[in-house]
Amino acid sequence: MATAFKPKHQRLVLILLAFAALIAAGLLAAWALRNQASLFYVPVQFAADPPAPGRAVRLGGMVAEGSLKTQADGVTIRFAVSDGEAVVPVTYSGIVPDLFQEGSGVVAEGHLQPDGTFRADNLLAKHDESYVPRELEDMTAAQAKQTVAETFQ
Amino acid sequence: MHGFANPTRFLRIARWLTPWLLASGLLVTAGALIWTLTVLPAERLQGETVRILPVHVPTAWLGMGGWTTIAIASFVELVWRHPLATIAGRAAAVPGAVFTALCLLTGSIWGRPAWGTWWIWDGRLTSMLVLLFLYIGYIVLAQATAREGASSRVPAIFGLIGAINIPIIHYSVIWWYSIHQPPSLSVGQSAMAPAFLWPLLISTLGFSLIFGGVVLARMRALLADVQAEARLRRKALGA
Repeated sequence: MATAFKPKHQRLVLILLAFAALIAAGLLAAWALRNQASLFYVPVQFAADPPAPGRAVRLGGMVAEGSLKTQADGVTIRFAVSDGEAVVPVTYSGIVPDLFQEGSGVVAEGHLQPDGTFRADNLLAKHDESYVPRELEDMTAAQAKQTVAETFQ
Repeated sequence: MHGFANPTRFLRIARWLTPWLLASGLLVTAGALIWTLTVLPAERLQGETVRILPVHVPTAWLGMGGWTTIAIASFVELVWRHPLATIAGRAAAVPGAVFTALCLLTGSIWGRPAWGTWWIWDGRLTSMLVLLFLYIGYIVLAQATAREGASSRVPAIFGLIGAINIPIIHYSVIWWYSIHQPPSLSVGQSAMAPAFLWPLLISTLGFSLIFGGVVLARMRALLADVQAEARLRRKALGA
């Protein structure tokens, strides 16, 4: 090297390079894991590549509006999980989490049955990132929408 | 900036600043928590359980902030070999680990009513648990190298490598399908009503002040330790 290169600067460059390589390696690994590290499958993945019937998997998405029906026995419910592109019908018997409702997120643990229905052994609710006070609930839809629009603009 | 790196000057400033940070931090945190318990409205879906939000979120941020501090201190240590950087990394590790543990604990308590489970091996939860293990590893390694007189560059390298987990924690809910909701706050945007946002921001300020106070107090204690040891060594050699 022609110019005098202080050891301090040499270390700075070396460590910056090593750190950049490390971050890149970590991000690549995380990116490669994107299918394996997900907690659940979404309905569109079920449609494209359905899991073998009986294999334990998790299915996640939104509980489709108007799809939630309680069966005659009073403990079995049927609903549809949707991701906006595909829909999977689900049956479940048992107590549902407090936050479980139509139009809200759900993660169902269970298996696919040969008839294409997903049989859930356990239901988990998923909350979205918006936090709205309960008072807004009593407003009409249009009022609430306006309040939310004013709040979040 | 180099002026603050002088240990004597640092000690003078830290001695004055530590009680102020701790006292104001306790005051602001107490105010935010009283507000959270009394004024905070019930959330549309979650109801009263939302009151844990102004504790859970700041502890998560500070858990990640603690390791960011370690990473910056490690970098300064490796490049400029500054003794205060070694001390700063060690000082930030314990409060960082405590906040990470609090985040996991409050998250578990919140997860039971909100999701229906205390724990699930989700990307966000798992990467946060890994952060706690990294902290424990760093604390043990830094203590061992300090005691054995080994190079402080060893924990510094570990601190830098561990930093890779921080973006993974942040992006875990964006890259992977997760039961944890994506971030509610991004630059200039909030999906959180002001009734929840303000107590959160104020409790974050309070927890951060406490964090800063604890780091400074620990830095002073570690510096005193180093000085006492050096004095003992001189005495032993002189005798």
